[in-house]
Amino acid sequence: MTRHSELPAPGSVPAPLWSQTLQQGEHWSGVLRRGTSLRIEAVEAGANVAAMLYNHESLLERYNMADTLKSQHTAYLTAGYVCYSDMGRILCSITADSCGWHDTICGLSDAALVTSRFGATRFQEQRNEYCKNGRDSMLNELGKYGLGKRDLIANINFFTRVSVDENGALQFDAGHCRAGDYVVLRFEMDTLLALSTCQHPLDPDTRYHPRSVQLRAWQSGPAPAHDACREHCAENARGFQNTEMMFLP
Amino acid sequence: MSLDTDAIHDEIVPAGEPWLGSVERGQILRIVDLEGNQAVDTLFYNAHNTEERYSAVDTIRGQRNIYLSTGTQLRSNLGATMLTITADTCGRHDTLGGACSAESNSVRYAAQTRHMHSCRDNFLLALARDDRGLNKRDLPSNINFFMNVPVDADGSLRFADGISAAGRYVQLRAQMDVLMLISNCPQLNNPCNAYNPTPIQILIWAAG
Repeated sequence: MTRHSELPAPGSVPAPLWSQTLQQGEHWSGVLRRGTSLRIEAVEAGANVAAMLYNHESLLERYNMADTLKSQHTAYLTAGYVCYSDMGRILCSITADSCGWHDTICGLSDAALVTSRFGATRFQEQRNEYCKNGRDSMLNELGKYGLGKRDLIANINFFTRVSVDENGALQFDAGHCRAGDYVVLRFEMDTLLALSTCQHPLDPDTRYHPRSVQLRAWQSGPAPAHDACREHCAENARGFQNTEMMFLP
Repeated sequence: MSLDTDAIHDEIVPAGEPWLGSVERGQILRIVDLEGNQAVDTLFYNAHNTEERYSAVDTIRGQRNIYLSTGTQLRSNLGATMLTITADTCGRHDTLGGACSAESNSVRYAAQTRHMHSCRDNFLLALARDDRGLNKRDLPSNINFFMNVPVDADGSLRFADGISAAGRYVQLRAQMDVLMLISNCPQLNNPCNAYNPTPIQILIWAAG
């Protein structure tokens, strides 16, 4: 991890609190405080970043895919949308997004899928090149906080677009994520964030080929009074009101 | 196994109430939408290891389709098939819409709807009254039998008028011993149940 302490030049982007590169296949977790923004950038085309989010103060409150989708009348995520917890509050807002669509309905890869697609690999032969999978990666990170299988929530898959046809069938968009694509999350409560860079479970690539991503965090402050996410829909205005009740002095 | 024989379990669940019970491997479960357009919020747990439970995203990923209907394998968070849908006279069922709760009502409708009875209150109370130690941590995204939540090609999602009708049913075969948790949805604010929650029937036949 690189710790940044230099002050921003006038007119420049804010100085990062820290930045970090996640290697291909790496899993990671950390706490993002209310008022922190995190930029996730696809270093290479075709990235997928699975994410699970929990209220750091009360891990029983966590990202709720269904409430996020139905409150905003959407089956995907992009700038202007927020990520709801199961308690009618907002964990984070999506304040910028260069690729326009992030999946949250397809879940994670698992050991059976990865073995059937790429063959059996073990640390003993491959060392750290062995094929990782999304579920085990998340269980690794969640275990660091006393969480486990009961806490495997429906996750977000940043940078992946999976659309739905009129019959409900899923269509994976292989060319969706370009090198340099990014998404910015502004955290509205102290959030435990767990990430995995494993390939999306519907990625048809026959090679094991997870991509690296760059993380950069800075102090942005929480949502201001006039804000694109807050004003995106009446539901979000109420969601911010619920969230801000937790932080009244 | 013959459905001509009497069911070993036959129960009416009134509108707005929870139901928690067991379905054994090989048994046939039928849920009947008695009056039409009711939403039946449902979760399943492995009866011998409740850390294994229904997973909406594993089910969607496994069949590469968001709608549940005949042939759908309901998958667990560990990737196993828990139950298979063997008959469906409704057409399709939702697993993206989740359960209503006091808190999500306050976001979706208005703060004044927070007091209204909700599926999550049903789930929480049924788990709290039970002795297995399950709680909110054990409430992942559920199935909504008979509920119509279409997703368009542009990615928009809406709760649409129901496509079910009186007497339509969904039938499942259990592939493992499961615990089934139902909330017969009390939501009065959206068209998922035609603004009129109604009773359902649960039938279970012995393994053949």
